[in-house]
Amino acid sequence: MTRKSRRLWLVGGCLVGLGTATALTLSAFSSNIVFFMAPSQVHAHPPAADRTIRLGGMVVAGSVRQSKTGDTPVNQFDVTDGQDAVTVRYEGILPDLFREGQSVVAVGSLQADGAFRASEVLAKHDETYMPKEVAEALRRSGKWDPRYGKPPDAASWNSMAASGTGPDKAAPQHGS
Amino acid sequence: MTPELGNFALALACCLAAGQAVLPLVGAQRRDPRLMALAPALAIGQLMALLYSFACLVDAAIRDDFSVQNVAANSAAAKPLLYKITGVWGNHEGSILLWALILGLCGGAVALFGRTLPSALRARVIAVLGGVSAGFQLFCLTTSNPFDRVWPAPMDGQGMNPLLQDPGLAFHPPILYTGYVGFAVPFAFAIAALIEGRVDAAWGRWVRPWAVAAWCFLTCGIALGSWWSYYVLGWGGYWFWDPVENASLIPWLTGTALVHSAIVVEKREALKIWTVLLAIGTFSFSLSGTFLVRSGILNSVHAFANDPARGVFILGLLGLVIGGSLLLFALRAPRLTAGGVFAPVSREGLLVLNNILLCSICAVVLTGTMYPPFMSLLFGRTISVGKPFFDATAAPMAIPLMAFMGLGPMMPWKRAQLWPILRRLWWAGAATVLAFAVLVWRVHDLLPLLAATGAVWVIAGSIADIAERIRLFRLPLGASWQRARMLPRAALGAALAHAGVGVGVLGLAAMSQAQHRIVEVHVGQTEMLAGDAWTLTGVRAAPGPNYTALVATIEVRHHGRLVTVLHPAKRTFASQNQTTTEVAIHTNLLSDLYGVLGDRHENGTDVTYVLRLHYNPLAPWMWLGGLIMALGGALSLSDRRMRVGAPRRAATAGLAATP
Repeated sequence: MTRKSRRLWLVGGCLVGLGTATALTLSAFSSNIVFFMAPSQVHAHPPAADRTIRLGGMVVAGSVRQSKTGDTPVNQFDVTDGQDAVTVRYEGILPDLFREGQSVVAVGSLQADGAFRASEVLAKHDETYMPKEVAEALRRSGKWDPRYGKPPDAASWNSMAASGTGPDKAAPQHGS
Repeated sequence: MTPELGNFALALACCLAAGQAVLPLVGAQRRDPRLMALAPALAIGQLMALLYSFACLVDAAIRDDFSVQNVAANSAAAKPLLYKITGVWGNHEGSILLWALILGLCGGAVALFGRTLPSALRARVIAVLGGVSAGFQLFCLTTSNPFDRVWPAPMDGQGMNPLLQDPGLAFHPPILYTGYVGFAVPFAFAIAALIEGRVDAAWGRWVRPWAVAAWCFLTCGIALGSWWSYYVLGWGGYWFWDPVENASLIPWLTGTALVHSAIVVEKREALKIWTVLLAIGTFSFSLSGTFLVRSGILNSVHAFANDPARGVFILGLLGLVIGGSLLLFALRAPRLTAGGVFAPVSREGLLVLNNILLCSICAVVLTGTMYPPFMSLLFGRTISVGKPFFDATAAPMAIPLMAFMGLGPMMPWKRAQLWPILRRLWWAGAATVLAFAVLVWRVHDLLPLLAATGAVWVIAGSIADIAERIRLFRLPLGASWQRARMLPRAALGAALAHAGVGVGVLGLAAMSQAQHRIVEVHVGQTEMLAGDAWTLTGVRAAPGPNYTALVATIEVRHHGRLVTVLHPAKRTFASQNQTTTEVAIHTNLLSDLYGVLGDRHENGTDVTYVLRLHYNPLAPWMWLGGLIMALGGALSLSDRRMRVGAPRRAATAGLAATP
């Protein structure tokens, strides 16, 4: 085998490896990217029913309810960004750091009845820490300005949000 | 007073490191033996100062000196002693100091164990390590000083996140950091080689033990971290494709490639430029890993610092180290003599294939990790890329890697014939086909099926490699045993590490068949999962040192025979108003029974408990595989050839001296 054909093998191997990597990445990007949405965005542009999204916001105080279907416990709570609220249903054990009035991210998809069925609920390691995406959503909705200190306690602005309501009810607007 | 001494020692170490970065380099350039001889002395001095500084911080933590801000923010008087010590590196400032200390240890190790290196190379390697050290210590001193005082001193500290009060996590960071930082030594060797303009077989031999050692620690660190999340977080998950986890996986992938390509440099003097680039890349990814974690650029459950000033400093440091080394590479790499090009079917050909596949996987993981922050930075869209993405990209590329892994060790160097090798591997192939035939009935997903088959092939391949080397069953057993004892430990280590990959992948594949149920039960109620009957027999309250706990008793019976009694618990830490879940795991090494106690629901007199029950087949194999891999690496490190520095360069110097 000549030196040239050996080099060709080498270059060919590299191209095949990287080509496969690129092809796999692109195909995975088209189907497996998960978008983050705040409750108000969910109502403005409801995602397709089978599309997995990350829903983030604050847990509305007093909205957590437990029920049971068969032997399986079902948790239900409302997530708000201050503009709007979405009801989340989750079968499973809520994480230790899950609290009413604190930030949460729920991974799942929107159901036909407007409720959000979560396959995973994430609360952060540190209770003083707010997920960046949730903080950003709150900032956009005008409920929190990072220049004025820590994010507000959700319990204090329950009245601003359409807590526990259906998706069709317009939320009262509060600018800051 | 002690914290001030610690601060002073840190500043002293920083000055020594700065001297270590400059003087030996000048000495090596001018061929001045006195300046070059300064290198090991400065490295040891820096290490002593750092050790003292670190001891001061540990002392402040043990003695509950809450006038030190770092201790006040992360410790409390009621915390158990073990966590007072390990809590020192459980926070940003302390972990940076630990990082600097380990880097100092690396410099000290090169100074002590590198006596057989040529003095100029040794001086340059130590100088590069000193430069990186100086940068990190400056970062520690200016933006995240663990010795800062607070006035007035609080009566008690704020306490440590209860999730971090765990023996697994206590020792995870030092091991992981040793892995990360250990790759600074191959990096320093690469930079020194670029400055010298010379890479040869001896260089490959010198750099390989350091890379293998760092790789062992990184492997252990990753496995330990995965184990920690499995038994602490209580979701039954072991790998979340979290940015921080990826940040440790990326250098591991390139580090694995480096360990293999350095063999080609050593044996065949080929792939030299590529190996230098890999050494630079691996350490750059390690550094970026720290940066991603510490600056909070990547959102993650692990991030505990969100300070922009630190981010800018680290970004500058990264730019300097990575940009500078890549610039040096671009300028100097063309001067390195290119190695030979070789036949595709040969040991080195397969090692190249290994490098291509590992780097492709690395590129995929890197893309998946970096894409979300870039999208949010450039287009303001918040997206995330999770398990489905990595399952669809990284896993399919790992399967051909395993297919070639079985073949690799049997291949001769230079040029090989495929057929005789396949013939010697026939029984490994037969075992693989058999495994596939058995698994195809049990496992209905394609990816776990292929992964498990590949794993059997890899394990059978490494056994075949050793059997072939000792001529098992072709010589009398006594003669085979004699050969086995004479076998180089590097060969045994390689086979062991490969088998470890197989064991780990088998665990991963089996975990895709795990079953779990979430149930809400009364005391005395029985639930079925995976053929076992799980009965909640009681729940009681139990006090702990700085928490109160609710402990459940679950009896697991298999056809009426008691298998085990699990005691999952829920702890409430009053000082942080936080609860943690204590998972109960029963393992028989073939499967884990995993029980979690959830909420207590009270409805009048009707009290129910939420339980999460898991049946995880072969779960311990995932970490066992990691441990076997690291053991394999350690075994090959103990090989005489690795320890004895090969003073062969003088012989080849005449040939290679003309650039």
